[in-house]
Amino acid sequence: MSTMLDVKTGSGAVGASVGHDSKVNYLNHVNTAASWFLTLDHKRIALLYLVVTSFMFVLGGAYAGVIRAELITPKGDFVSSDFYNKSFTAHGVIMVFFVLIPAIPSVIGNFCLPLMLGAKDVAFPRINLISWYVYMAGASFTLFALISGGVDSGWTFYTPLSTTYLNSNVMATATGLFILGFASILTGLNFIVTIHRMRSPGLTWFRLPLFVWAIYATSVIQLLGTPVIAITLALVGVERALGVGIFDPRLGGDPILYQHLFWFYSHPAVYIMILPALGVTNELISTFSRKPVFGYTMIAGSSIAIAVFSFIVWAHHMFTSGLSPYAAMFFSLLTFSVAIPSGIKVFSWLATLFQGSISFDSPMLFAYSFIGLFTIGGMTGLFLSTLGTDIHMHDTYFVVAHFHYVMVGGTIVGYLGALHFWWPKMFGRMYAEFPAKISAILVFVGFNLTFFPQFLLGYMGMPRRYHEYPAEFQVLNLFSTAGALVLGVGYIMPIFYLTWAAFFGKKASSNPWGATTLDWTHTESPPSPHNFESTPVVTADPYDYRVIQKEGALVAH
Amino acid sequence: MSLTEKHAPTKGHDDASHGHDHDLAHHFDNVEQQHDAGNLGMWMFLTTEVLFFGGLFAAYTIYRYKFEKVFEQASNILDPLLGGVNTIVLIFSSVTMAFAVRSAQQGKSKAIVAWLAATIVFGSMFLGIKYFEWKHDATLHVFPTSDFNWTWAREKHAEHEHHESHEPEMRGLVFNSPKVPQSYIDKDSKNPEAKQARLFFFLYFMMTSLHAAHMVIGFGIMAVIMIYAWNGFYSANYYVPVESVGLYWHFVDLVWIFLYPLLYLLGAHLSAGH
Repeated sequence: MSTMLDVKTGSGAVGASVGHDSKVNYLNHVNTAASWFLTLDHKRIALLYLVVTSFMFVLGGAYAGVIRAELITPKGDFVSSDFYNKSFTAHGVIMVFFVLIPAIPSVIGNFCLPLMLGAKDVAFPRINLISWYVYMAGASFTLFALISGGVDSGWTFYTPLSTTYLNSNVMATATGLFILGFASILTGLNFIVTIHRMRSPGLTWFRLPLFVWAIYATSVIQLLGTPVIAITLALVGVERALGVGIFDPRLGGDPILYQHLFWFYSHPAVYIMILPALGVTNELISTFSRKPVFGYTMIAGSSIAIAVFSFIVWAHHMFTSGLSPYAAMFFSLLTFSVAIPSGIKVFSWLATLFQGSISFDSPMLFAYSFIGLFTIGGMTGLFLSTLGTDIHMHDTYFVVAHFHYVMVGGTIVGYLGALHFWWPKMFGRMYAEFPAKISAILVFVGFNLTFFPQFLLGYMGMPRRYHEYPAEFQVLNLFSTAGALVLGVGYIMPIFYLTWAAFFGKKASSNPWGATTLDWTHTESPPSPHNFESTPVVTADPYDYRVIQKEGALVAH
Repeated sequence: MSLTEKHAPTKGHDDASHGHDHDLAHHFDNVEQQHDAGNLGMWMFLTTEVLFFGGLFAAYTIYRYKFEKVFEQASNILDPLLGGVNTIVLIFSSVTMAFAVRSAQQGKSKAIVAWLAATIVFGSMFLGIKYFEWKHDATLHVFPTSDFNWTWAREKHAEHEHHESHEPEMRGLVFNSPKVPQSYIDKDSKNPEAKQARLFFFLYFMMTSLHAAHMVIGFGIMAVIMIYAWNGFYSANYYVPVESVGLYWHFVDLVWIFLYPLLYLLGAHLSAGH
């Protein structure tokens, strides 16, 4: 290794934008259809994932639109109750499995992980590509199921409803999700091996950016949880086909067993969705307050702790469905303890902000939104993990509001923050800051307007998944639908200004935000096909802002 | 699945020196890193497999606990001798697989092919025995479909035990068995234990067929690796796929080591306890 680059010198941090056009990068070095669809480059695979997850997000959002439109009036007059059931099922299935779970790991993780590790690629580039095709195969099955009649079991496929009583396309949907699970497993496997084996010299575990820790914890859950949902869905399929009764009480089976198996994956899946967003937030908060993350070790540890806790709290979804009171107390207690690592993260971010040089660029606005919304989402989770209050709130809009605060207010807002943060790196061009700020504000306002009233509705007893409701709930439902409109505008705006920026935006320097991790300090924007000119050697902690300036910032002294 | 991340061999084999660069994919720094990555990847994959089977083991545990008596009777229908022979056959296949990996470490390509072929032979023996077991199961009507009949299965099994008679319907390769008389169906419908026994056989067929499917997938991977090995693709520097399929095969064997006592020996174990 002839040129050993040193993180501390921060080479390429400022003013590296000259001569950018002539440079060969991963986007322009070859541009045939095969070079995209058969690419082994983690950056291009990230973009493939970006396109399909964005499409799925719009589709899932359209179904949400149907739900909110129906709920404008107390009577079920917009769509039939049957179509309403199919809409909320489609919304849930698409958003959970095709957007929230893969979005940050497969798009941002795929793009950034090797860059952050100083690696040329992920450990298994071919498996990385295969995972995209597996995703597409799963998506095709599921979309086929939705087009050819839909499925109305809810995204949870509870038995014996899904196995015995429904005539809708449970089989095709379950097959799609079964296949899709392998995409998730392959991504997780790839990332774990990459983080273990592909780090640059000097990049020790405690010099890793916190996003990497979060992705690592996520991958562990993907690896351990997903196979269980796969076998569970296989059992649902066999049960539907043969009627052996494994989940059917009339035949000696036990529907509660299904719930245990389902939530053994699907509760950890919640953390597959939120952990990467927590990781993104570390990077954003640190970069835009120009301070090392407070409590690095504790945050890294809390990501792992969340991954561990995620596997021992699943039965809190079943407090009302036949759990022994002792087991319920146990799971309630464990669920409370998830608040500890989550709290560590939030307090550490606040401490990072304290006395930082804070700027209000659009990624940071999303990070602020994230902290607020995630905190509300997390705190209301405690209401639900309390046995007594859960009996009251179970299956009401309180639950809907709670998990949307975590999933949408957390994951999607974190994802948007990540997209705005890494967009200049991905495409080498800056987006317009003004619409981005407006979008961040609209998402925050629209989100709260949509989902905060649902806490109140749930507390007053409005059950989820119903197509009609008593007239006294109409005002709050109107607020919610109005909020959904604002939220929709906030979501659609980035599609336009980010896409425009990818092609026509102002050229970005290699490190416009003055971030300190290898993806910013040692690669061009956009990166060259093999990421680094030579393998970087790391000699310092990840967040050292003493030598790296934000573009346009006044250099002190 | 083989964690092969190396570029396909170049057709023109004019480079006689078998340089190290051929063995190293572009994104790795050195051979050790590549080897470690492939190895760790396979272990991670096996972890997911453990959880995959784990769902079924969880279901088994719960129903075995709930329906202990019927599970005992149902387990006694299975033939522990055939299962035992199969266990030994599988262990032999693991031994030959270990030799295949050893040959790979020593860079002996032809030996890899030979040992993998031996592994496939033992694996096929296992599946052959399994086939005859399932065929016998068909005559007992224990497939967990609507055709399942517990009364019939117990009666026929008892006859088989006492008279040592070979069922006449076991001719040919197809699964065929006469229809169960209506009186048996009526008896079964009044007997709640029939449903519980059906759960046992459902788990039995689900687990053993999933296990068999893993073996067949293993055959496919081995066949591909044999072609590559025959063409001298592996060397003492690069043999991750051989090692990976070895790990995979040992895992598949290990699953059987758990399935055999849980399914075949459970009855004997519980009967001895009474």
